[in-house]
Amino acid sequence: MVFEKDLNLYATELRLGLPGSSEESIRISNKRALPDMNDDSGVAAAKKCDQETAPPTKAQVVGWPPIRSYRKNSLQTKKTEAETGGMYVKVSMDGAPYLRKIDLKVYKGYPELFKAMEDMFKFKVGKYSEREGYNGSEFVPTYEDKDGDWMLVGDVPWEMFINACKRLRIVRGSEARGLGCVV
Amino acid sequence: MNYFPDEVLEHVFDFITSHKDRNSVSLVCKSWYKIERYSRQRVFIGNCYSISPERLIARFPGLKSLTLKGKPHFADFNLVPHDWGGFVYPWIEALAKSRIGLEELRLKRMVVSDESLELLSKSFVNFKSLVLVSCEGFTTDGLAAIAANCRFLRELDLQENEVDDHRGHWLSCFPESCTSLISLNFACLRGEVNLGALERLVSRSPNLKSLRLNRAVPLDTLQKLLMRAPQLVDLGIGSYVHDPFSEAYNKLKIAIQRCKSIRSLSGFLEVAPHCMSAIYPICGNLTFLNLSYAPGLHGNKLMKLIQHCRKLQRLWILDCIGDKGLGVVALTCKELQELRVFPSDPFEAGNAAVTEEGLVLVSAGCPKLNSLLYFCQQMTNAALITVAKNCPNFIRFRLCILDPIKPDPVTNQPLDEGFGAIVQSCKGLKRLSLSGLLTDQVFLYIGMYAEQLEMLSIAFAADSDKGMLYVLNGCKKLRKLEIRDCPFGDAALLEDVGKYETMRSLWMSSCEVTLGGCKSVAEKMPSLNVEIIDESEQMEFNLDDKQKVDKMYLYRTLVGHRKDAPEYVWIL
Repeated sequence: MVFEKDLNLYATELRLGLPGSSEESIRISNKRALPDMNDDSGVAAAKKCDQETAPPTKAQVVGWPPIRSYRKNSLQTKKTEAETGGMYVKVSMDGAPYLRKIDLKVYKGYPELFKAMEDMFKFKVGKYSEREGYNGSEFVPTYEDKDGDWMLVGDVPWEMFINACKRLRIVRGSEARGLGCVV
Repeated sequence: MNYFPDEVLEHVFDFITSHKDRNSVSLVCKSWYKIERYSRQRVFIGNCYSISPERLIARFPGLKSLTLKGKPHFADFNLVPHDWGGFVYPWIEALAKSRIGLEELRLKRMVVSDESLELLSKSFVNFKSLVLVSCEGFTTDGLAAIAANCRFLRELDLQENEVDDHRGHWLSCFPESCTSLISLNFACLRGEVNLGALERLVSRSPNLKSLRLNRAVPLDTLQKLLMRAPQLVDLGIGSYVHDPFSEAYNKLKIAIQRCKSIRSLSGFLEVAPHCMSAIYPICGNLTFLNLSYAPGLHGNKLMKLIQHCRKLQRLWILDCIGDKGLGVVALTCKELQELRVFPSDPFEAGNAAVTEEGLVLVSAGCPKLNSLLYFCQQMTNAALITVAKNCPNFIRFRLCILDPIKPDPVTNQPLDEGFGAIVQSCKGLKRLSLSGLLTDQVFLYIGMYAEQLEMLSIAFAADSDKGMLYVLNGCKKLRKLEIRDCPFGDAALLEDVGKYETMRSLWMSSCEVTLGGCKSVAEKMPSLNVEIIDESEQMEFNLDDKQKVDKMYLYRTLVGHRKDAPEYVWIL
């Protein structure tokens, strides 16, 4: 999975404090009224704050960043939709005893999809060219689109593909040749 | 001028439209005051608690257009509890009882109930225009009342409101006889709309110039709407997802090409990036492009779109455009005046995709730049100094580094010098928002150079009271000051309490001011309302003057303490 969000409740707790600061040191950023205001102390303070805000998980400060709740809620909705909307499709390979399922949304493009399929079924996809389809392998990736037609994977832009793909089939041998040669 | 009859003076005053100027005119002498007040049609009230509706009505009997603002600005960021105030009902009620022929109402950050909308819709025969920005408290039922009852409605403009959507039927409430619509913006509604009713409404509105749709309006409806309204000047697209090889998409391409008047484009609330080429034909005429709600549009597709927009004056975008994308903007949009870059992932501070580099590129390529809102990963003094040199015309400069106390990553220094350069170079600067690691020094610069500054927003900055004092002493035109999480205490607050009467308001939260300090201000300045907002119940049990105050909001007013404050607001 691309998104690895463990339920780190402490990190997402809303409270008045800077990212990374602990309960006790909530007001550290304000207590910079040092008696002498020469450069050294300034830099030291800067370095100190830098260290404090450098941890890997950042807690959220109330009202920061300053963007309208409306905008925040909109983006949050879109993010949630993007994250939870998983696009699972069945994948079959000629000769394999059972089918598998993969979530198309986790892949950013064709190379990653092919790698996942190759790992899953232990085969290699050939080299793609617009003219000839896949060369150099007896396995050809195909998919069934919304109209029920079987199409060669890779012809259309990725976004369009994941919206259109209903299931995947790795075609093998002589059948594959027919599909790959159609221009 | 006293030799002229009143009608002549009134005619002269007709040409004076700015609020500031009309206010000045009214102060010249009694006779001018009288003429001005009878002829005044448009009134702007920046703080709804500074005056009462009764006094407004008494002074301006000819009032036609009222603009009201309610909650303080930091309410946008959840720093003000929901029911703090800013209710519009008493205003509408009072206006309805009077003989005022209200035609336009513009509200920002106010609580608007369905009841208020219904009363509004029934009380003013010539009501023409309702604009609600960042408001809350109403549902689509209230909108239905407006649609049904305002027979001459020209404008219904809803911007970024939290609306309880009861789904769809409000649009059908516009009667068949309503043909006067010029502007309709319902992009912020989250629910379904009756698409047929929408199409019919647009068909019978020949004067429609501005139409902003919500997510529920699909591409094929968009195409039909554009066919019926090729005269549109401002378009907000709802859903923009389709198969580029379909018939519907071809029809859309044709429809868009007919819309030769579109100058402003926004929305794309849902977007399929491979369909953007249909938009290219109108890009060359665009002066305003708002893609800040379209995270689906980025990378090459976004850059290609921008490359078509040579006349752009205002661009609102998400930070996924990246520094590289901003470089494309710099090369293409030579007329750019306003740039806003919003964070596409506000919950992960480490992921902002723009840095100081993007800003420097834009400043170099777009010399007319005068207004900026920039959320970024980091900023350097060197970059700010360069930007200040390239663009001396900034009126608004709002910088937000996602990590609020981040220093210059190259030198590890505070950003005092950078912001100092901005205020020194931009002599017309009216609004400034600071962020990053900042000491008292930046405030010294602001006090010294920012002579035209009217609004200043400060967060997590400064080392001592001196910072606040520099600002209060130096910025003569300051109207709004809002501060959070800074070490400013009573000494700064109390130094010059008279100053607050020259300002609209002061907000201080998570600072060092005490209850005693606030009480002192309230005592010395009866013309101010000093509000303490404290939801924690501390105030109930512990009224020790030395106690630090969580949130303080003070503002000048002519009508004393407000009566509608909730329990956790103490007006001193």
